[in-house]
This record gives sequence, structure tokens and C-alpha cells, in this order.
Amino acid sequence: MTDADPVRLYRTVRLIRRFEERAVELVHGGQIVGGIHPYLGQEGIAAGVCAALDADDVLAGTHRGHGHVLARGADPARMLAELCGRVTGLNAGRGGSMHAADLSIGVLGANAIVGASGAIITGAVWAHRRRGRDTVGVSFFGDGAVNEGMLLEAFNLAALWRVPVLFVCENNGYATTMPVAGAVAGSIAGRAAAFDIPAVQVDGQDPETVRVAARAAVDRMRAGGGPELIEARTYRFDVHHTFEHAVRLDDYRPPDEVSRGRARDPVRIQGERLTDTDRAAVDAEVEATLDEAVRFALNSPEPDPADALTYLYASGLAARTGGG
Amino acid sequence: MPRLSYRRALTRALGDELARDDAVFLLGEDVQVGASLVTTGLAKRFGTERVRDTPLSEQAFTSFATGAALAGLRPVIEFQIPSLLFLVFEQIVNHAHKFPLMTGGQCRVPVTYLVPGSGSRTGWAGQHSDHPYSLFAHVGVVTVVPATPADAYGLLVTAIRHDDPVVVFAPAGAMDVRDDVDDLAPVPLGRGRIHRFGEDVTVVAIGHLVHDALAVAEELADQVSVEVFDPRTLYPFDIDGLTESVARTGRLVVFDDGNRSCGMAAEIIASVVERVRLLAPPRRVTRPDGAVLPFAPALDRAVQPGRDQLATAIHLTVKDGP
Ligand SMILES: Cc1ncc(C[n+]2csc(CCOP(=O)(O)OP(=O)(O)O)c2C)c(N)n1
Ligand SMILES: [Mg+2]
Repeated sequence: MTDADPVRLYRTVRLIRRFEERAVELVHGGQIVGGIHPYLGQEGIAAGVCAALDADDVLAGTHRGHGHVLARGADPARMLAELCGRVTGLNAGRGGSMHAADLSIGVLGANAIVGASGAIITGAVWAHRRRGRDTVGVSFFGDGAVNEGMLLEAFNLAALWRVPVLFVCENNGYATTMPVAGAVAGSIAGRAAAFDIPAVQVDGQDPETVRVAARAAVDRMRAGGGPELIEARTYRFDVHHTFEHAVRLDDYRPPDEVSRGRARDPVRIQGERLTDTDRAAVDAEVEATLDEAVRFALNSPEPDPADALTYLYASGLAARTGGG
Repeated sequence: MPRLSYRRALTRALGDELARDDAVFLLGEDVQVGASLVTTGLAKRFGTERVRDTPLSEQAFTSFATGAALAGLRPVIEFQIPSLLFLVFEQIVNHAHKFPLMTGGQCRVPVTYLVPGSGSRTGWAGQHSDHPYSLFAHVGVVTVVPATPADAYGLLVTAIRHDDPVVVFAPAGAMDVRDDVDDLAPVPLGRGRIHRFGEDVTVVAIGHLVHDALAVAEELADQVSVEVFDPRTLYPFDIDGLTESVARTGRLVVFDDGNRSCGMAAEIIASVVERVRLLAPPRRVTRPDGAVLPFAPALDRAVQPGRDQLATAIHLTVKDGP
């Protein structure tokens, strides 16, 4: 099985799709508190990029981060348990949707601060390479992040020190309700050009197209190249955050744009590359995995409030409690 | 006994840790040349790969260090100006500090943030003269403010070996202090030190103010017996050590180069009065609320807590009691 295996790519996008749909149900059912930023519609990007990575590689994501964690291979059951705030979750229930992390597979975490992942990944990749590994890294971020100074500083640092980081901009057209045209002077690829970082724009709705672009960038980086940027054009099929299911915001996305956007579905596009039998087999397997994940998450114990700050200090420093 | 300056003690600590542990590396602005006169000679000794000059990108290089720490290294960042900490408060608090808890204990972030020349440098005015240690204590980042060369060495070494982020404030007012030092050793976090024993009042002095407090104690020696307690670490704070001292003297004055509202002095006083019934109301000598250090030297001095104010506070506290 190579990273070009269409079945594998389909399994990943299908898994993310159904995971997110189940997670939204659990939000509505009250089992996931605080809501989520669904990755629905953008699955092809995480799937395509992660298909090009090796075991030693690292990535960091965003508030809309479930897809990145799952595509990298985290256990969906422990991921869902995390969203449900259970001790069996990836982060022992301490992180939730926006901080899900699995350091054991190089996922340095979803990150709720827009634009934050670039510098962290740059440092991590540099450190791994100093220790003789062949690591490359991926920093996922949205179109909103390209106006954050911290990310632009990270572009400079990665380019200057030739740290092989693949910057992946998931341009879904909006930062919450702010359209790209209202926020970005110049262009996203132009940001990269300013630092001599090679940039390509790809159709983020086609997982295979994303994979091919990521593969090429990763190969160049592995061969000694510096950072690269991929701007993946995509569309978020659902809300910015599930609170919008309860509180309808004004039509900030025109209805015809939404239907055009939804028409280009990465799961369908990749699914059509499989035989009906293969696709049905993957669908059934994914469903079984998620049934089990939901069972696992909901049957897992909740953390003990007495342990609320257990992991505050890696050094084991004990913080004073807040009571009288 | 060899004389050692505070500044050279920091250099020694950095050199010793770079030599001891290959995971340690240093980054910052103009550190290869050693513009702060702290990192002098380290690039020659350890190479420019491990002693790295950065572009002026405080936010990126602070989070770069977080990433490197997540990958197993022990970065030390030198900040040229204490006020730059305001630029990177986000990166330190939201990321470096929060990662261990948010990941459910999957990682550690052993980064040291070294701030040589914190507080007033005299004549550097509003944007170079802050002393924001209380902010880091407030968010729960380990915060140390050594007063002496031996403690500067010992606490910096400990900070670098510590598994969580640590901010090391090296006050401008202490950088040229010299001491006879024969034994350089790590100093544990959260352990204060009594520089002078006394019977009537405990003065808690932070950083360079320890030296001013000692001078005032000496001046007043024939009138009042002053104990000078140097916490050394502000977070975690040696409340047991201080409680022991105040339980003996019954009186407390805090001498703190931070702003008054929500400052360290407020926290120290609250923590003590929760445990000890004092003989007189405690007092604090601090910067004013919302202090911005003005440029003109007389104004710069006027806004910093001074020896006269401390002497007055000591007298009032002693007079107030039984
Ligand atoms: C630094 C920062 N500013 C603002 C926010 C609040 N916020 C969360 S997501 C978001 C929009 C982000 O847009 P984009 O980067 O395009 O990602 P998308 O949500 O479209 O995936 C905003 C403003 C934040 N989390 N962090
Ligand atoms: Mg967006």
C-alpha cells in the first residue's frame, strides 16, 4: 500500500466526514459540551497532506482541527472520548475539541489561537533535525491566519533557517463571517513569495490533488529544500461553529454560493475513484469504527474534579488550590 | 575567595549548562556578540548553531522555542528588554505554559526566558524599564528574581534544568553586584533566603531591592532590628519560610519594584496574613499604580520604591504595634 492508494485516501476522508457528523449529533445531544468547529467539506486537505507524511513527521493544526488529528492516525475512539471530556480521551479530557493532541504520532495539537501553529512546528522540526532525524512538519491554518503577525514571523524564520515546514493554508473563503476579500490585502500565495517560499494553489476539494502537491513538496523538503506553502481552496460545508445551529447569523454566505460550494464534495470525488464494492466495504468499516468509538466515549468515565489540575506542571509542581 | 559579578555568574551558568547538556541551546537578539554582556564568548565556545542570533521576531522565536522544547530540547531565550515580555506574553502563557495541562500530560515545555537588565536601567524611559514579574507569577509561570551572584548562577542553572517554563529576571540594579563566591551550585526553586536576621520586623525584598533593604537595615540598626527575607523565587513562593520569619518578628513590610495593584507585595501580604496574626498592619513599598517610568533621572527614581520610603514604612510598622 502506497500513499497513492485511492482506497486509503477515501477511508480517511470518509472517516473524518462521518466522525464530524457523529460529533455534531453528540453536540446536539449534549454529550459534547462547548460545541465544535466542524471540518465538514475540508476533509480532502488533511487526508491528502497526511498521506504524504512519514512516521517521524510532526504537525499542528487549528481550532477546526479534528481532521488533522484523525488523518494523522489518532484513534477515533480516544479522539471522540476527548471531545466528550472523558479520562480515556487523547488528552485525558483536559483539552477537548480545540486542543486535541497525540504527541505519540507527532500531532502537537489542534490550537485555538489563530496563527499559532507555524512557529511551534518550525521549532519542533528544527529540533528533531538537530537530533539527526529526517523530520518535516506541517502547519495547518485558515485564511484568517495569514493576517496574524506571528505566522508571518514564522514564515520568515522557517525560510531564513531553511526549516522544512509545509505551510498549508485552508482557504475556505471566510474567517468566521469575514470574507477573504475583506481581510487579505495582496494574496495568500503572495505572503509566501515575500519570503521566497515556493507556493502553489490547489483544489482542496480533490484529496488526490492535495496529496500529489503535498507529496511533491515533502519530497523536495526531504531532499534538503526549505519550507513551502500550499494554498488549498476549499469550502466549509457547515457552520463556523456549532453555536450557529442554535443562533442563526445573518446570511453572510449567499445561499447560491453555499450550494455551489457543497456541490464539490471531497468524499464523493474520492469515492468515485473506487469500485462500488470497495466503497461499500470502506463505508461499512468506518461505520463500525465510529459505532464503537461512540460506545467507547460515552461509556468512559469522566475525570475526577479532585484531579482538575493534575497535569498543570510537567515538573510536578503543586499549585495552591483556590479554596478558603 | 574569587570575586564574581552577577553578570558573569549568568554567563557561567549558561556556559556550564551548554557544556553539560547537549539539549540546551541559546537564542535571542545579538547573543553571538553578547550585546547584553551576558552571553559573551558563548558562541565561540559552543558554535553559532547552539548560540543562535534571531531576527527581531520575538513572537516567532518564543514559540519556536516551545516547539523545540516539545521535541526534547531545552531552549534558553535571552530578551534584550524587559518590556519585550509584553509582546510574547501570549506565546508564553497560551502555549508554553498551557501545553502540559491541555495535552493531559503528554508533554513538557522546558524553556528558560532570561531577562538581563529588568527594571529601570536609568535613562531608558517608559518602554525599557518595566519589571513585570508579577504577571508571570499571576499566570503561574515559574518566576525567579535572583539578587546575588551566587543565586543568579544557581537559579539560572535550576531554571534550565526545570521541566516547565521559567522566567528569570536579572534586575539591572543587581547586574553589577559582586560577591565573594566559592561555591557555585544549583539553588532550589521556591526556597527563600534570610540575608540578615532581626527581631522586630521582616522586610521582604525582591531582586536588587535586597541590597537596598540590607543598607536600610544597617542604617536603622540602632533603632530597630530588621530581618531581610529574599524570596528568590516569586512563583512558587516560599510561604513556609516567610511565615516562619514573620511568626518570630510579628511585623511585615514588602519592598517590591512592581506596580501596586495586583502586585507581588499584595500577594505576599495576603498570603502571610492568612496564616499569621501580625502585631501591626503590614505595609508595602512599591511602584505606584500603573507606573510608567518617566525619562528624567529624578523622575525615574521618584517612581521606583526607594530606601527612604522603606525606612518610613519600617518606622510606621514598628510604631503601629504594641
Ligand atoms: C488570534 C485569534 N483571534 C481570533 C480568534 C477567534 N476566532 C476563532 S476561529 C476564527 C476564524 C478563523 O478563520 P480562519 O483562520 O479562516 O479559519 P476557519 O475558521 O475558516 O477554518 C476566529 C476569528 C482566535 N481564536 N484567535
Ligand atoms: Mg477560513
